[in-house]
Amino acid sequence: MLVLPVYFEIPLTVLVLAAVAFLFGVLLAVAAKKFAVEKDPRIDQIAENLAGANCGGCGFSGCAAYAKAIVDGEAQVGLCPVAGADANAKIAQIMGVEVKQPQRMRAQVMCSGNHSTANYKYLYRGLADCHSVSRLGNGPKECSYGCIGLGSCVSACAFNAIKLENGAAFVDYDHCRACGMCVNACPQNLIELVPFESRYWVACKSKDKGAVVRSHCQVGCIGCGICAKNCPNNAISFVDNIAHIDYSLCNQCGLCASKCPRKIILDGLKSDQIIEVETAL
Amino acid sequence: MANIFLLALTALLIENFVFVKFYGICPFLGVSQKTDTAVGMGLAVTFTMTIASALTWSLYHFVLKPLHIEYLETIAFILLIACLVQFIEMFLQKAIPSLYSALGIYLPLITTNCAVLGVALLNIQNSYNFIESVIYGFFAGLGFLLAIFLLSLIRERFEFARIPKPFQGVPIALIAGGLLALAFSGLKLSF
Repeated sequence: MLVLPVYFEIPLTVLVLAAVAFLFGVLLAVAAKKFAVEKDPRIDQIAENLAGANCGGCGFSGCAAYAKAIVDGEAQVGLCPVAGADANAKIAQIMGVEVKQPQRMRAQVMCSGNHSTANYKYLYRGLADCHSVSRLGNGPKECSYGCIGLGSCVSACAFNAIKLENGAAFVDYDHCRACGMCVNACPQNLIELVPFESRYWVACKSKDKGAVVRSHCQVGCIGCGICAKNCPNNAISFVDNIAHIDYSLCNQCGLCASKCPRKIILDGLKSDQIIEVETAL
Repeated sequence: MANIFLLALTALLIENFVFVKFYGICPFLGVSQKTDTAVGMGLAVTFTMTIASALTWSLYHFVLKPLHIEYLETIAFILLIACLVQFIEMFLQKAIPSLYSALGIYLPLITTNCAVLGVALLNIQNSYNFIESVIYGFFAGLGFLLAIFLLSLIRERFEFARIPKPFQGVPIALIAGGLLALAFSGLKLSF
C-alpha cells in the first residue's frame, strides 16, 4: 500500500483528477470522431435566414423544423410569411431553386362592433380569455357572431400587431406578418387573411337576418345586397345574409363602400375611418 | 444467489429510487408526458446507471482507495458521470437519432441526475463488490424505468380527463406521483 507524506496529498488529488479528466477527454474526442453525425450545413444556413420568431406560420413547429423540412425536400421555399422577400431569395439561393414570391397577406378582424356601436347583453368580469367567454352565450355582445374583445388574438400574436380598442380587436397592418396564429385563436372565427393590397372589407360576420342585426348592432351587415348589385365585377356574393368579397375579382373601385347603407364596408388604407363611422352613427 | 436476488428486488421495488428515495424527480416529471419518450428516458438512465456503477466502482477501488483519497469520490464520480453521459449522447445521436431528438434537453440533464450519482455513492457506502454494484445499478435503473413508465401511463390518461384548471399539468402529475409513492411505501412494510 502506498503511503505518502501529507504535503504531497494536495498535488496528488489535483493530479489524479486531471489524469482521470484527461483520460476521459481523450476517449470523448475519439468517440466524437467515431460517432460523428453528418449534418447538412444548409439546415443551419437556412435557419439563420428565417425570422427566428418560431411563430409556426409556415405550418412547422418552428424555424429549425421548417429549415430541416426544406433541406429534406418536404417543404417548399417561401412558406415563411415573416422573413420577407430578401430572406426567401437567399434561402432559394442556398437550395439552388427559384422561388415564387408569395402574395403578401394581412390579417383582418371582420367585426367592428365596439362598446359604442354594439349592444351588450351582459357585462363580463373575469379571466380575459375569449374562448371561455364564448361559451357564455357566445360572448357578452347581443350579436352572437361579434368580437368578444378580450384579446385572445392579441396574446396569440407574436408580433404585437393586434390591439384592443373600445371592446373590439384591430390589426396594425404594418406589424402584421400574416402568420395566421390569430385566425386560429379567435373562437368566433372573425379573423381572415386578406391580400395586403386589398382596400375594402366587410366589417361584419353576423349570419342573423337584417332586422335582428339592426337590433343588435349599429355596424352590422343587414344583407340588403346593394353592394353586390353595384359591384361592376360581381366580386361580392351573399351567403347566410352576409356579404363576402372575392379578392381575386375585386378591382378596388370602392363603389361597394360608398353604396353600403350601413357604411360597414371599410377602407383599410384609411385607418381612422373606423372612428369616423363611430362618430357618424 | 439469493443475496443477489434480494438486492435486485430491493433496488427495483422496495427501495425504488424514485418512489422511496426520491432521486431523479426532475426527469421523472419532465419526460413522463408520453410513454414512448418516458421509456426511452428510463432506458437511457438504466444504461447510464449500470455503466456508471461499474466505472465508479472501478475508479474508487483501483484509483482512489490505493492512493488514500477516498474523500474525492463525489467530485471524481461527477466527472466520470458527466463524461459518460456525453459519450451516451454521441452514441444515441448516431445510433438512434429519433430517441435522441425525443429526449432533447433531458439527455444532458442525466449528468446532473442525482439518481445516477446516488447509485454510485450508495454502492460504495454499502460496500458492495463489483458484481453487486452492477446489479444494484442496473435494477435501480429499472426501478426508475418502472416509475417513469407508470407515471407516463397515468399522465396520458390525464390528457382526456377533465382536470380543474389549477391542477392541470405539473400539479396533478405531482399528486399522481405522490400517490404512487404511497403505494410503493407499502411494499417496504410488507417485507
